[in-house]
Amino acid sequence: MADIEPQIRAFIVENFLFGEDSADLTPESSFLESGIIDSTGVLELVGYIEKTYNIKIRDEEIVPENLDSIRRLAKFIQSKPLLLAK
Amino acid sequence: MLVQEFLEHSAARLPDKTALVCGERRLNYREINALANQLAFGLQARGVQRGDRVAVCLDNTVEAAVAVWGTLKAGAVLMMINPSTKLEKLASNLGDARATVLICSVEKTRQCAPALGRLTHLQCIIGVGTGEVASESDGGKVVGWTELLEKYFDCTKAPARVCINVDLASLMYTSGSTGEPKGAMMTHLNMVAIANSITLYLQNTEADVILNVLPLSFGYGLYQLLMAAKIGGTLVLERSMAYPHVVLKKMVSERVTGFALVPMIAAILLQSDMSTFNFSSLRYITNAGAAMPVEHFRKLRTQFPQTQIYSMYGQTECARVCYLHPDQIDIRPSSVGFAIPNTEAWLVDEAGNRLGNNARGELVVRGAHVMLGYWGKPEETARALRPGLLPHERVLYTGDLFRTDDEGYLYFVARRDDIIKSRGEKVSPREIENVLHALEGVVEAAVIGVPDPVLGQAVKAVVVLKNACELKSKDILRYCVAHLEDYMVPKFVEIRDALPRTSSGKVNKREL
Repeated sequence: MADIEPQIRAFIVENFLFGEDSADLTPESSFLESGIIDSTGVLELVGYIEKTYNIKIRDEEIVPENLDSIRRLAKFIQSKPLLLAK
Repeated sequence: MLVQEFLEHSAARLPDKTALVCGERRLNYREINALANQLAFGLQARGVQRGDRVAVCLDNTVEAAVAVWGTLKAGAVLMMINPSTKLEKLASNLGDARATVLICSVEKTRQCAPALGRLTHLQCIIGVGTGEVASESDGGKVVGWTELLEKYFDCTKAPARVCINVDLASLMYTSGSTGEPKGAMMTHLNMVAIANSITLYLQNTEADVILNVLPLSFGYGLYQLLMAAKIGGTLVLERSMAYPHVVLKKMVSERVTGFALVPMIAAILLQSDMSTFNFSSLRYITNAGAAMPVEHFRKLRTQFPQTQIYSMYGQTECARVCYLHPDQIDIRPSSVGFAIPNTEAWLVDEAGNRLGNNARGELVVRGAHVMLGYWGKPEETARALRPGLLPHERVLYTGDLFRTDDEGYLYFVARRDDIIKSRGEKVSPREIENVLHALEGVVEAAVIGVPDPVLGQAVKAVVVLKNACELKSKDILRYCVAHLEDYMVPKFVEIRDALPRTSSGKVNKREL
């Protein structure tokens, strides 16, 4: 799971920065504060995380503490149990 | 009465009452009034005079609220700018208004100070937040918010009043079909009239706790702040609806009584699981900005059975025009009702004749809330404001096509121009096309709105490239992100060999 951070970073760069990588995007950068993700982007991010990591994110888990930086996201994903394959 | 007296009267009457809840911070009326006084003295010390334009480009924060009040107390004209505005547009906005002060984040002062420092009319840039504000190339124009306010910490009274109520209180910028934003000039009289009318029909009292997730740079958002102060209520200010669960929890814990929606916020709300929340304190919900899909209203009625739902319509040029009484929401949910109190709204045909019930025509508005005109744009002003009922009176031609039913209820039909409504905000296709045309490799671009379940309309750009140009959709999107406000960035970019044409050679947007 150690390579989660680069994967998330690549997703953010690809989908929210449209390929423009930026040195300002550190693992701790707040997506909202830095304007990388706006209010409509969070649900898109959740959809990606659920699909890619095969986890289910409940509404009450969609909070900045879990999602608002690359590091927080990585930590959150690692804390979640994998859904069993059907 | 001047707009800032909303705050001053409530501060005198209810000094210890909570005026503002923003994130972890809670301020009572005395505190917010004192901060606004300090800012007003600070602005005046920096040379701000009656009628000068002060631009506020901040996220929804305590400082943004203080900046609104402090600007008005200094006798200046408030100009709210969306915080996602990029440098070029920010400079052009400030240039158009000949603003003397910009209040923005410290981060923005670092990005923009060198370029903005060249604007000769701009005397001062106030940086909000932590970190170093000063830049060597700014010519000493940049000052930190805290540093500025600290000097006046013992100023408990406001500076002497310099305006009367026919003076300008705000320039409210709105997108125009020409692509160039227009600043609607609103006087204190206009803004007080609007707030009086809205709080009257919403039956607001000081027991109200109003939740605002809309940007304060958006008129509908700004009025939540002004009205909360007017009634002596509490404003719960959130940055956005990005994290619905966080906002819903806040709604319950603060016992919110009024919630201002646009259709996008309603769509996000309705996607959330609300089963565990108790919204019994929610007295009313309002919708404005764009027409709410009827299905959303039905679902909101089911979800919030005890809550009154007000469907409203307005435009920047007069803030609000009409509203549907909540007892009609199940009967005619697609109507926006009748004119708000102390105003008139009617339809006219192409020749300007007033129409009766069961008609279709352009909506015209009359009242003390109609703007004075567009800043520095006499031609556009003459198109929007035309002779009214009394000698020298002017009424507002909205450019919106409406119909009335048998009983005279108003229904929005369409814009008469091609303006897109996304997230409840007006988006000018021309403005986006202008930005796209400036991108090397783009021969032609056409922008339209396409239906979107969350945004209302999503922006779609169709682009024709030069031969052998290697640009991909993603490259064009990246360029848009760097040059346009968030809500203007296209959701879809399609590259085509040619644009469809009408027989006269114009781009046929219907075929896109």
